[in-house]
Amino acid sequence: MNDMSEGYVTADGRKIGGTLMEMKNITLKFGGVTAIQDISFDIRDGEIRAIIGPNGAGKSSMLNVISGFYIPTEGSVYFKGVKRGPMKPYQVAQLGIARTFQNIALFDGMSVLDNIMTGRLTLMKSGLLSQAMWWGGASKEEDEHREKVEKIIDFLEIQSIRKTPVGRLPYGLKKRVELARALAAEPKILLLDEPMAGMNVEEKEDMCRFILDVNDEFGTTIALIEHDMGVVMDLSDRVVVMDYGKKIGDGTPDEVRNNQDVIDAYLGVSHD
Amino acid sequence: MFYREAGDFKTSYREDSQTFPIKFDRLRFYAVLAIAFGVIPLFINDYWANAVAVPFLIYAIAAIGLNILVGYAGQVSLGTGGFMAVGAYAVYKLMTAFPEVSVFIHVLLAGGITALVGVLFGLPSLRIKGFYLAVATLAAQFFLVWLFNKVPWFYNYSASGQINAPDRTIFGVFVTGAQTSATAKYMFCLVMLTIVAVLARNLTRGTIGRKWMAIRDMDIAAEIIGVNPLTTKMTAFAVSSFFIGIAGALFFAVYLGAAEVGESFGIQKSFLILFMVIIGGLGSIFGSFAGAAFLVLLPVFLKNVLVGMLGWPTDLAAHIELMIVGALIVIFLIAEPHGLAQLWRVAKEKLRLWPFPH
Repeated sequence: MNDMSEGYVTADGRKIGGTLMEMKNITLKFGGVTAIQDISFDIRDGEIRAIIGPNGAGKSSMLNVISGFYIPTEGSVYFKGVKRGPMKPYQVAQLGIARTFQNIALFDGMSVLDNIMTGRLTLMKSGLLSQAMWWGGASKEEDEHREKVEKIIDFLEIQSIRKTPVGRLPYGLKKRVELARALAAEPKILLLDEPMAGMNVEEKEDMCRFILDVNDEFGTTIALIEHDMGVVMDLSDRVVVMDYGKKIGDGTPDEVRNNQDVIDAYLGVSHD
Repeated sequence: MFYREAGDFKTSYREDSQTFPIKFDRLRFYAVLAIAFGVIPLFINDYWANAVAVPFLIYAIAAIGLNILVGYAGQVSLGTGGFMAVGAYAVYKLMTAFPEVSVFIHVLLAGGITALVGVLFGLPSLRIKGFYLAVATLAAQFFLVWLFNKVPWFYNYSASGQINAPDRTIFGVFVTGAQTSATAKYMFCLVMLTIVAVLARNLTRGTIGRKWMAIRDMDIAAEIIGVNPLTTKMTAFAVSSFFIGIAGALFFAVYLGAAEVGESFGIQKSFLILFMVIIGGLGSIFGSFAGAAFLVLLPVFLKNVLVGMLGWPTDLAAHIELMIVGALIVIFLIAEPHGLAQLWRVAKEKLRLWPFPH
């Protein structure tokens, strides 16, 4: 792998900045099970970084480490060059790290609009009293944030379901609402856990377009896990490949595609 | 026919997010307010105030309080009776200790004290959920009732162990004590209910309400998008207990006049208010009103029908009444598990298309 610590320019001419987040020698153990073993990689400002690997390779665990949901047994996570101590998940969210889930985790009892508004909770500051009175501060703040949320609703083309309770929506739209909620937080890094899982070809194409647009228009750094290799190779700038909790490959899609370890992991090798 | 959104265009987000987006609803709301404040006080007598209006208003406050905790924040509580007792004993101690301060302030302060107690007993909710939390709050219920029975300081060492509301006035009109008129009782409770309802509506539509609902619907996801579960659950307990404390203070000071803790604020009260919330509709302010009205009015209505119209003996009617109320609750929950609020919503949906549903 070539050295790119000062950033690089992608094949399609996007400029990628320096290191935004760095995982150093991460090991994660659950009792006797080692989910992740001594993995290091970095995520650069503005890039789309994919984590791939066969089932059970530890991809979701890795994402959970990045989002602060799991605290690594060994090793540490550096965000903007600063080592991140043990934090509660809600504190990580306040740093500007947003995520979506493999199994959709929306708030079913609330409308689409309210769900997306929850994404902005970390940015809303009005106090309990001001809200109770609904006077001045709280009401004004609500309108300002509503405006931002409406932009995201426009962006993801979900205007018509704005006031529908989320529980009533079909799967594909729920995935989109979840992306909207993560975007509403104006994150520095957006973590997507299998954004295309269970979608048909058209829905996948839509989702790809949204991911590229998000990266392009907002400059959001994206780290994603995905099983659809076509999607991964098209979307991502660089790919980390994991197998049995270890890193077996790291580099541009082309480098990874020709890596013998990766081919072995996916296609299997004969052991005779 | 008049119940339409069509043609009623909203040009700002504020208009779009108002409480009653449909004009007809807005007018109906103002009409209800006008009748409640302008018409009923002129005609109300002691029977209507004591049997129907005042208990309805007070239970509605308690139901709104519990609905915030159970319906919005998803934390089950069986300690409502105990928290109402805290409100009642707090207002009693305040009224006897500081007779020169307005009773209105006392009621609010009693709510504040109950909020603190609520937060204290809400702390286990950080670790336990669902049925187990219900059991933990049940401990609060029994502990508080025991406390107010056993420590004479709370009832000012009176021989009977009862607390009696002293005579107090607001703007020169008696609102507590034996000389209080039906109108004064009604108006005092109505003003408090209006304040509570407005506060509850504002809190539930804003940031804090969304935090509560996020915790209710999926607490892990809520935490990952940046909701602090500690402060969110504690504010839910505080706000809920604040309202329940106000309800308890009014229940003792205005409605009962004299109270004994085990009898007035026992476990039955906790269940009654929980039923109101469930029957009315979880997570709905309107549902709290509907549930309180249902459980206050239904027994009165049945009694009037059975004793007044059919001429049955009173004791027989009292038993039959309980059976009918119980059966109605069961039938009702099977027919519409989401409560009266959901029925109301469905009715409005239908009305919106009436008379041409296609």
